[in-house]
Amino acid sequence: METLFEFLVAAFLVTAGIFGIVGSYGLIKLNDQMSRLHAPTKATTLGVGGVLLASMLHAAAFEKYFSYHELMITLFLFLTAPITANFIAKVHIHRQETRDTMPEAGGDDHWATHDTPEDEERRSAEQTPPAED
Amino acid sequence: MIESAATFAFACFALAMLMNLWKVVTAPDVADRILALDTMFINAIALMVLYGMALGTEIFFEAAMIIAMLGFVSTVAYARFILRGNIIE
Repeated sequence: METLFEFLVAAFLVTAGIFGIVGSYGLIKLNDQMSRLHAPTKATTLGVGGVLLASMLHAAAFEKYFSYHELMITLFLFLTAPITANFIAKVHIHRQETRDTMPEAGGDDHWATHDTPEDEERRSAEQTPPAED
Repeated sequence: MIESAATFAFACFALAMLMNLWKVVTAPDVADRILALDTMFINAIALMVLYGMALGTEIFFEAAMIIAMLGFVSTVAYARFILRGNIIE
């Protein structure tokens, strides 16, 4: 039983290390900025997740105390990773792309994040019917 | 077995942090710098938890939690500053 736990902890640690290094290597290696956004997600989920699972297993099997608050870090990272990714993507949209380089916006002529106060004025002028005498 | 696996994981995450530092220095655009800094925070959390496991204490858990929170807040603040020129409007 001891050997099984030892094997499990070692396997989690090795997996976590490999995924951590793959995430950071992808950050250097990938060419496109939006592809680079994809690489560190591996380090966030599988890298840190593997280390935390190994830590929980190690505490339960060898240190004789049960700790589950490592799950809090995992939960926190899972909650915040999409928000940071969204913000970084938005920085990219506003610094590298213009209205013309973006893909088609369906029924509208541009995406809402590129909206300016002039556009809003124009739309409200179109929508309100002309005043009748 | 656990000792060698932990050494391997330490080496991997340390190397990953060095690569992130390289990316922070040489990144072509500020969005890449934000992303590299965010990944550095992630690797720092993993290193903290690993160190706590190696020493067999629970002290480093709190440090890892605080680093996770600081990482989120600083990434959002940096991106917001680039987007709007202001953090709290």
